[in-house]
Amino acid sequence: MSKNKEYLIKRGNSEYEVIIGLEVHAQVLSKSKLFSDSPTNFGAEPNTQVSLVDAAFPGMLPVINEFCIKQAVKTGIGLNAAINKKSIFDRKNYFYADLPQGYQISQYKDPIVGEGSILLDLPDGEKKVGIERLHLEQDAGKSIHDIDPQNTLVDLNRSGVALMEIVSKPDLRSPEEVNLYIKKLRSIMRYLGTCDGNMQEGSLRADVNVSIRKTGEKKLGTRCEIKNVNSIKFMQMAIEYEANRQADILEEGGSIDQETRLFDTKKNETRSMRSKEDAHDYRYFPDPDLLPLELTDDFISKIKKEIPELPDEKKKRFVDKFKLTPYEANILVSDIETSKYFEDVIKNSDIKLATNWITGELFALLNDRNLEISQSPISSINLSSLINLIKDGTISGKIAKTVFEIMANESKDPKSIIDEKGLKQQSDPKEIEKIVNDVIKENPKNVELFKSGKDKLFGFFVGQVMKKTDGKANPKLVNDILKKKLN
Amino acid sequence: MSDIINLTLSALINKIKKKELSSQEITNAYIARAEKSKDLNTYITTDFENAIKKAKKFDEKGNFDYKLPGVPIAIKDLFCTNNLKTTAGSKILSNFIPSYESTVTQHLWDEGAILLGKLNCDEFAMGSSNETSFFGNVESPVGKRVVPGGSSGGSASALAAKLTPTTIGTDTGGSIRQPASFTGTVGLKPTYGSCSRYGIVAFASSLDQAGPMTQDVSDAALMLDVISKYDTKDSTSVNFKRGDYFKSLSSNIKGKKIGIPKEYRVDGMPREIESLWQDGITLLKKLGAKIIDISLPHTKYALPAYYIVAPAEASSNLARYDGVKYGYRSEGESLISMYENTRSEGFGDEVKRRIMIGTYVLSSGYYDAYYLKAQKIRRLIKNDFDEAYKSVDAILTPSTPSSAFKIGDKTDDPVSMYLNDIFTVPVNLSGLPAISIPAGKDKNNYPLGLQLIGKAFEEQNLLDISYSMERELSFKNNLQDWWIK
Repeated sequence: MSKNKEYLIKRGNSEYEVIIGLEVHAQVLSKSKLFSDSPTNFGAEPNTQVSLVDAAFPGMLPVINEFCIKQAVKTGIGLNAAINKKSIFDRKNYFYADLPQGYQISQYKDPIVGEGSILLDLPDGEKKVGIERLHLEQDAGKSIHDIDPQNTLVDLNRSGVALMEIVSKPDLRSPEEVNLYIKKLRSIMRYLGTCDGNMQEGSLRADVNVSIRKTGEKKLGTRCEIKNVNSIKFMQMAIEYEANRQADILEEGGSIDQETRLFDTKKNETRSMRSKEDAHDYRYFPDPDLLPLELTDDFISKIKKEIPELPDEKKKRFVDKFKLTPYEANILVSDIETSKYFEDVIKNSDIKLATNWITGELFALLNDRNLEISQSPISSINLSSLINLIKDGTISGKIAKTVFEIMANESKDPKSIIDEKGLKQQSDPKEIEKIVNDVIKENPKNVELFKSGKDKLFGFFVGQVMKKTDGKANPKLVNDILKKKLN
Repeated sequence: MSDIINLTLSALINKIKKKELSSQEITNAYIARAEKSKDLNTYITTDFENAIKKAKKFDEKGNFDYKLPGVPIAIKDLFCTNNLKTTAGSKILSNFIPSYESTVTQHLWDEGAILLGKLNCDEFAMGSSNETSFFGNVESPVGKRVVPGGSSGGSASALAAKLTPTTIGTDTGGSIRQPASFTGTVGLKPTYGSCSRYGIVAFASSLDQAGPMTQDVSDAALMLDVISKYDTKDSTSVNFKRGDYFKSLSSNIKGKKIGIPKEYRVDGMPREIESLWQDGITLLKKLGAKIIDISLPHTKYALPAYYIVAPAEASSNLARYDGVKYGYRSEGESLISMYENTRSEGFGDEVKRRIMIGTYVLSSGYYDAYYLKAQKIRRLIKNDFDEAYKSVDAILTPSTPSSAFKIGDKTDDPVSMYLNDIFTVPVNLSGLPAISIPAGKDKNNYPLGLQLIGKAFEEQNLLDISYSMERELSFKNNLQDWWIK
C-alpha cells in the first residue's frame, strides 16, 4: 500500500496506526433454528416462533439442525478456510432474562471452521485479510424495555436462531477497509446463500475491536471492544471516534483500559460498558446434551460441489473474458444479482454498452428509488434490446436515455415505446440532407461566419438540425452531411 | 385385594390377559393401598381419578396385546407428564404443569400402562436418602424412620410397599440401584443412551439415565423392553440393536466369567456386606460361572470425579430455573434481585451446595484443575472397565457400602452421604449398565443388594446372570405393613 493512502491519527508529532479486528455475527439463512424446528421468520408477532426447546422447558434437549451445519461449512469454504472435521458445542453460561437456558450453546475451543481469508479490492490493489475462525452459536431472545413502564418484556422469537460468528484477524487498518471487508464478506455469503446480510433486520452485526499504536511500532496496543454495531456507517463512525479517543489518552500520557464499550449512535461516541475486571466468567464447558460434531469427508466434498462461482473468480472471468476493467468487474460482481443481470443482458448485446448502461443509468435509477436490482423496473431483456437498438442505429444514445426513462416508469419494452412515441432515429441521408439544406438556407449569417473561420458554430448547426427532427436525426449522419455542405 | 398387590408385574399382566383380573380391579387395589400408606410420603402428586377412568376405558376397549395392558404405574416425579404437575421434588417447580410428555413415560402409555401419580424424590435427584425433597422425606417400608435411599426414594418405597407393581426411576450416580438395594427391590440402570432423556428434568446430562425398578428380574426385563428405544429427540440416544429382553431371559450362566474387583473392598465396610458379597461369589460358582479376580485401579478417584462432573453439569442445567418463564418466582426490585430471591427461596440446601460446587469447578482458573482433570479420570475409569471386560463378562460388587440408615443420620454430613454412592458412581461415569438385586439382610433385617455391572449395551447378559442368582437367593422382604392406616 502506498504511504499516502494510509489512515493515520495525528497528534502533534505523533502518528498512530489504527488496528481493527471484527467479530461478525451473521444469521444463518435457514428455515428453522439451530437446535429446534421453530421457524425463523423475521418480524413475526412476539413469541410465536418459539418451541419448548427455545424456551428451555425442563427436560427439553437440543437436536442439531444439519442444514445449519451445511451452511457454516459452505461459508467456511467460501472464506478459503480450513473445515474442522471435529468440532464441539460448548455452553457459555450467564444469566439474562432473554436467555432462557441460562447459557448460550456456542463453540469455544473447537470451532467448525478454522483459519481462512478474504480478499479486499483497494483502489491500489488487493489486500488479504485473515479469518481467525468461524463458529456456530445460538442467538438470544430480545428484551424490550420501552413498552411497559414497569416491566421488561421478553420476545423469544430469535432465541435459538443460528448465528455464525466470523472472527477476523487484526488485519484491518481503516474505516474504509472495514467497509470493504463487511461488503465483501456479505457478498460472499449472499453468493453462497448462507446469510442474507440484511443489516436492518439484524442478520449481520459486528463487535469491533480497536487499538492504536505509533507508526513503526510492532507491538499491538490495548484494545477496546465496541459491542453489537449494526451498520457499516456506525462501525466506521465508532472506529473513528474510538481511535481518536485512544490517541487523546496516549498523547496525554495515559494508558488504554481493556474494556467493552457501546457506540451511542445519537451522540456519535463510544462509552464504557464494562471493564476487564467486570468481564463475565462464562464457565465454558462442552454441552453434555450434544455429542462432538464429526463431519465426514464425503459430507464436506458434497458441499464443495455445491459452491457456486464466487466474486473473486467471477471478477477474474469478467476481466479475462469480457475485457472489463478490474474496477468495472468489481462493481458488477459485488452483488450476485447484479452479476446475473449483467450476464443476462450481454447474452444478446454489446458488452461495453451494457457495462456502461448498468453501472451508469441503471444504478442511478435503482439508487434513486432505493431498489435492489431484483426489483428493477427494467428487465434484463428490455435493457438488452435497448442496447441493441442503439447499436444498430435505430435510436441515438441521447434518445435512448429518453426511452430508458419511459421504460423505468412504464416497464415496457423499448421497441414499442419507440414506435408509440415515434422516437425512431432518422437515418435516411436524403431526409437529413433536406433538413440540413433548410437550416443552411435559414441561417445565412451564421454560414458566413462559420466559413470565415468561426468553427465553433458547427455545434449550432447540429443543434438546429436536431431541433427540427425532435432530436431523432442520426447524429453521425448529421455531422457528415453538415461538414460536406458547409465546407 | 391382597392377592393383587402381591403379584409381580408379569403375573399381573398374565391375569389381565387371561381376563382373570380387570384393569379397574387392579387400579383400585393399588389406589386403596396408597390411600392407607400416606405416612410413607411416597406420592407428591396423585392422579387417581384419571387412573380409574383410564382403567375403565381399558376394560371396555383396551388392547390386550400391549406389553403393559391396563397396568397402573406410579413414576418418579422427574419425568415430565402432560397436564400433570411435575416438580422434581423442588419448590422451584412446585407449580409446574408440563404441556408435554417424556419419551420414556410415553412408551409406557403406548403399551397400555396407566399413570397412578408422581413419586417423591430428592430435589432434582440430588441426594441418597430422599431427605432433600421439598415435599418432605420418604419413609422406607423396611423399617420405621428408615430412609428408602435416593434419589428415587419415593419410587423404591412405593414399590417395596406394594403401592405400584413397578416403577421408573432415574440414575445419575446410583439413584436407582442404591434405593433398590435399601428396599429389597430390583433396580436396573441401563447403558447410557438406551433410554431417552427427552422430557426428564435434567440433573447431570452426561450421567442421567432412566431405568426400571421392579419386584424381580423378569419384570425388569419386561420394563426394559418397553422403555429402551432409540429417540431422535435426544442427541445422546444410541441406535443399537436392542434385545427382546423378557423373552430371551435365560438362567443358564454356565461358563460366564464374573470379575471381582479388589478395589471395591473399601476400608470400614461392614462384615455383613463383605459376607453378602462372598455369598454372591459362592452362588455364582455354584451356578457354573467362573470367578476371576480383577483390578479397577482408578476406582478410588471415581467419587471425587463424580462430585465434580455432576455438580458442574447441574450448575448449568439448573440455570434455567430463574423465575422468568415458569415455576416459582419471588419478586425483586431488579432483574438480579428477582433472580437471587427466586433461586434462594426456590432451591433447597443440597441443590444450592451442588450449584456452588459446580460453578466453582467451572470457573476460569479452576476449570483445568477440577473439571478437566475429572474428565480425564472419567476416561481412566472407563479404560479400567474396558480392560477388565477383555477377561470377564460382568462384574459383581455390593450395591452399597452399608445398609439403609435412619432418617436424619447423615443429613449434617454431606461427605458421608456422598460415600453411599461409592460403588455405583463408577458405572455412571463409564456409561455402563448395572443392576442391583436383593441378596440378603443386615442385622436389623434391612435388605442388602448386590450389584452386577455389564458391558455397554449387553443388558441381556446382566439380566440373565441376575435372573439365575435371584432364583437361588429366593429373597423375601416379609414386610409387616406397619405403616398402613
